[in-house]
Amino acid sequence: MVAVAATEKGKRMRIYAPMRLFWLVPAGFIVLLLVAGRVDAAVLPEDRADVMYHGYEGGGLEVTGPSILVRKAYKDKVSVWANYYVDTITSASIDVVATASEYTEERKEKSIGVDYLRGKTFMGISYTNSEESDYSANSIRFGISQDFFGDLTTLGISYARGFDTVRRNGEDVFEEETDRQTFRIDLSQIVTKNLIVNFNYEGVTDEGFLNNPYRQVRFLDSAASRGFSYESEIYPRTRTSSAQALRAMYYLPYRAAAKLEVRNYSDSWGIDAQNVEVAYTHPIEETGLTVELKYRLYDQTAADFYNDLFPRSNAQNFLARDKELASFRTQTLGAGISYEFEMAWLPGFKRGQVSLFVDYIDFSYDDFRDVTRTGFSPGSEPLYEFDSTVTRLFFSLYY
Amino acid sequence: MQRWLILVGILFTLMLSSGCSSMKIEPWVSPFERNNLADPIMSFGRDPVASAYLHHVYQAREGARGAEGGSGGGCGCN
Repeated sequence: MVAVAATEKGKRMRIYAPMRLFWLVPAGFIVLLLVAGRVDAAVLPEDRADVMYHGYEGGGLEVTGPSILVRKAYKDKVSVWANYYVDTITSASIDVVATASEYTEERKEKSIGVDYLRGKTFMGISYTNSEESDYSANSIRFGISQDFFGDLTTLGISYARGFDTVRRNGEDVFEEETDRQTFRIDLSQIVTKNLIVNFNYEGVTDEGFLNNPYRQVRFLDSAASRGFSYESEIYPRTRTSSAQALRAMYYLPYRAAAKLEVRNYSDSWGIDAQNVEVAYTHPIEETGLTVELKYRLYDQTAADFYNDLFPRSNAQNFLARDKELASFRTQTLGAGISYEFEMAWLPGFKRGQVSLFVDYIDFSYDDFRDVTRTGFSPGSEPLYEFDSTVTRLFFSLYY
Repeated sequence: MQRWLILVGILFTLMLSSGCSSMKIEPWVSPFERNNLADPIMSFGRDPVASAYLHHVYQAREGARGAEGGSGGGCGCN
């Protein structure tokens, strides 16, 4: 927060060098805080409450539900927040249709956090619990940031630890664990009176059961009627990833903002990804309306152990046919409108806002084939593609 | 490349720690010149509840994860 006013078979998994060195970053940061001493300024996030309806529909999958986020500060020093989020899922996606039958499920997520501001040092700690019938996730996060150089620069680091339990519906004895660690560095810089840039690094390490316990891979089988059969996926038990993003926000000569984002990603499973996003935000003066348009392009390579059609059963140590690990690209077109209005007539409240954002996402796969199409020999089915619509409708109260 | 990235970050941090108490770097954008930057439309994460959800959608449908920016998702789901 810048204070502007107010595997291939047998592939050896390894921990990236930045991960081994990461402990030096908080050490340097603590030195920095000690030297910098106490100074004034910086502000806590604004008190607000949001109630959102979210919807995702596409590729045979429908996910809807509410999300409620409430934040309240005390004495300009401490701000507490809580979030309650629900996903109601109805899935008949291509993975489900090919090897199982449609299902419905519900996921509930609860988060709580406390932020503390002392001078220009901002600290936050939060806890999140997520529960569904076959997956439990618990995570805790701690972050600290500091403003420097007359509040032109903000440097922040954070660390999160997650503990997940994976189950399989219909099998009482199946239970696996996954541990996760996340390290993050944020650097924001005011460049000119109209330009602010942000650099972000995030490293994530996972250890444990990383498969989806239901998904399967297909392999050539001359004894099968369609020429192929299915068997369980086998993933490595570790994964280490590294992502870097650079964002810039520019205030245009009239009251409007242009945003540019580039992000690069790589992991120890062999996935490389890049995305670029441009966005434009334009308030319409004296109406309370703000419109927003954006375009995002994302492209990734496949995991080393991914194959749409393996040559035989147990062809290699690790096997995956998860379309999220395939080679593909997505294009997103988004539009949104917000209406802000005064609420001084209601004691204790400042203003309200109602917003609607709709994103259209097109998914286009390079090596994931549509097995629901018949009349094709194995491996010659048309490549899979689909589109989805993401809807966010929310009401915000500021107090 | 990534080793260099982290080392540059550390050097930058140490540089700041050794110098900021003695170097008098004058802010080249004064507080009274930051009206435009303080405008809510200039925020990287103007509506946390909405941006967190979109990050969650991307995390669930794409192979990449992390550095989404703004207010993170934090759902812990994989």
